[in-house]
Amino acid sequence: MPAREMTGAEILVEALVDLGVEVIFGYPGGAVLPIYDVLHRQRRIRHILVRHEQGAVHAAEGYARASGRPGVVLVTSGPGATNAVTGITDALMDSVPIVVITGQVPTHLIGTDAFQECDTVGITRHCSKHNYLVKDVGRLGPVVHEAFHIATTGRPGPVVIDIPKDVQVARARYERPGPVVHRTYRPRIKGDPALVETAVELLASAERPILYTGGGIINSGPLAVRKLRELAQLCGAPVTSTLMGLGAFPASSPQWLGMLGMHGTYEANMAMNRCDVMLALGARFDDRVTGRIDAFSPGSRKIHVDIDPSSFHKTVRVDLAIEGDVGHVLDDMVRIWRARALKPAIAADWWTEIAAWRARDCLAYVQEGPAIEPQHAIRRLWAAVRHRDPIITTEVGQHQMWAAQHFPFEEPNRWLTSGGLGTMGYGLPAAIGAQVAFPDRLVIDIAGEASILMNIQEMGTAAQYRLPVKVFVLNNEYMGMVRQWQDLTYEGRHAESYSASLPDFVKLAEAWGWRGIRIATADELDEGIARMLSHDGPAFVDCRVKKYANCLPMIPSGAAHTEMILKESEIRGELDAEAEALV
Amino acid sequence: MKPTPPPAPRPARPASAPEPLERHTLSVVVDNEAGVLARIVGLFSARGYNIESLTVADISPDHAVSRITIVTEGPRRVIDQIRAQLERLVPVHSVTDLTERGPHVERELALVKVAGTGEKRVEALRLADIFRARPVDTTTSSFIFEVSGSSGKVNQFIELMREVGLVEVARTGVAAMARGRDPA
Repeated sequence: MPAREMTGAEILVEALVDLGVEVIFGYPGGAVLPIYDVLHRQRRIRHILVRHEQGAVHAAEGYARASGRPGVVLVTSGPGATNAVTGITDALMDSVPIVVITGQVPTHLIGTDAFQECDTVGITRHCSKHNYLVKDVGRLGPVVHEAFHIATTGRPGPVVIDIPKDVQVARARYERPGPVVHRTYRPRIKGDPALVETAVELLASAERPILYTGGGIINSGPLAVRKLRELAQLCGAPVTSTLMGLGAFPASSPQWLGMLGMHGTYEANMAMNRCDVMLALGARFDDRVTGRIDAFSPGSRKIHVDIDPSSFHKTVRVDLAIEGDVGHVLDDMVRIWRARALKPAIAADWWTEIAAWRARDCLAYVQEGPAIEPQHAIRRLWAAVRHRDPIITTEVGQHQMWAAQHFPFEEPNRWLTSGGLGTMGYGLPAAIGAQVAFPDRLVIDIAGEASILMNIQEMGTAAQYRLPVKVFVLNNEYMGMVRQWQDLTYEGRHAESYSASLPDFVKLAEAWGWRGIRIATADELDEGIARMLSHDGPAFVDCRVKKYANCLPMIPSGAAHTEMILKESEIRGELDAEAEALV
Repeated sequence: MKPTPPPAPRPARPASAPEPLERHTLSVVVDNEAGVLARIVGLFSARGYNIESLTVADISPDHAVSRITIVTEGPRRVIDQIRAQLERLVPVHSVTDLTERGPHVERELALVKVAGTGEKRVEALRLADIFRARPVDTTTSSFIFEVSGSSGKVNQFIELMREVGLVEVARTGVAAMARGRDPA
């Protein structure tokens, strides 16, 4: 198509259409009115009106992580942009591909403290993968295409495009550009063949190997997921995963050890500690995963595959670092393994040891009496919905860890949670975004009563678009994880961690046109869940659970993998100042 | 085919001994676009890296590309992180660790103002001559010397000037380049 002269706002929308964008999550305001007017006059892109800009970004994240396509956000200048910052940071920490378009005051007013002006590129410079202030309408088209290229390739992340209002109304020619070839930004896709070969040899020679997988597998896509499963089958190693990577490897596999780290399983953490070869795939040795660094897997050779070379040796020194897309590297590893007809050298007692750790049954709980154990609520929810292949989102806290432990996944892109930033208020908007991507799927936000209030206003969004999301709140009337740490560190002094003045969630849900359901006792659980599922619109379940349950097992901050707390009775006490200072 | 035997597992590292600090000079070629310096400086402050000196100027006829020379100090593993983090920034073309790469020249220029009369004034001039520092401004009771060389030489000159009436100093920071005919 020949280049046509259009306004900046029209160029933006045209470029988004060219990029295959179908949905924008946004909130209008003075500095984006020209763009909203163009959106209003077309039918190719759907706009979802959120109730708060943070919700827009989390919804875009949920959309992106469930669908694998980039999420798009449109907000106004000033408070619109600053409200989006938490979501942008969340997307950076969890490597979620989103593009955030912010309005800006006209170029001649920039720097004058104009109404609703803020230094958006300055504020988002260090919480985005990249950002732009577009001052020349002629650059707008190329910038939008480049922004999507950067957001979706390499290690994915959020990209911000700040567009002053005068640029939105200025005119320029727009032509759909060819594939973006960036001057400087060229992520490496294929791993170094010699290093990949060495990695395969190391893995094949391991007596006590383990695969430690992260969100990178899911970000990389279906090839990585397929090849991970193939390699695991070939090498016979146990597989554990970070919070972000859950679903990449099927939880029903006998090789699956469960999640590792602070609230991971005993067997996963012990196996990480005792392995002789660790293959880290698209994971970044986060502090929640490693525990005390100098006690982290002391006897192992470590292979690290990541598309972001700044992850290498950042917290843990590895023996072999392979830069590349984990899908391509795994593909090569599988090919080499097959071509050389390698056989695993796993020691006879490795799986015996693992079986002994598993026998500790670290996730066990006892449900007796009418009061509901939170783990039991999640197990019953899982039993009721597992055959429907649901998408689960969460907020942040105890409920999130219980969900990670007790809601097993077989496939990727079903588990959307805020890992790196740990953003309370993530789950409901993320569920909305996932539901927009998949209108016919079952999407459930497993939440806590404190977290859900952080973006409760998004119930209005779900109501407006008739999105049948389900919110399943484990209501223990506490910011449970905060309370748990206070029990662990401050002799049970519960400073401000009680959820006082909670609303009547059932009435609140009904006020927004949702179905509200209360589950108070264990015998109501299955029926309450069934009522939630049978409702064809959005439904909110206020599930009252035991108030003082703690999330176990747990590696206390600053402790090693071998120093897990397994029993409730170990949760009392005080920590010394050094441990207290750790997060 | 038999796989090659694995290298013997390493013993656990002993409780962390303080890592020795190294001083490295990094040459960073970047797109000369708005905010690029803020990206780089912000990265150093956000991640707690040191900057000993930083110089920047555009180096291409069309003003499209700038070279930033950064002198930083830290343990080896931090220096490697700095390089990896810089390379991650979108407008960064290349990052060269000149210290790592081998022989290179480092130069910096300083303006040094001294005030005094009589024997001190004569001594200042004599010392300046030894350091090949040039007076670029003079009054009957003061000089501004221009001195250039390695940071060590500039430091040494400034130290000597303290004894003969040092008033103030302005330094450019280090500009550096690999030796030999090839670009770094």
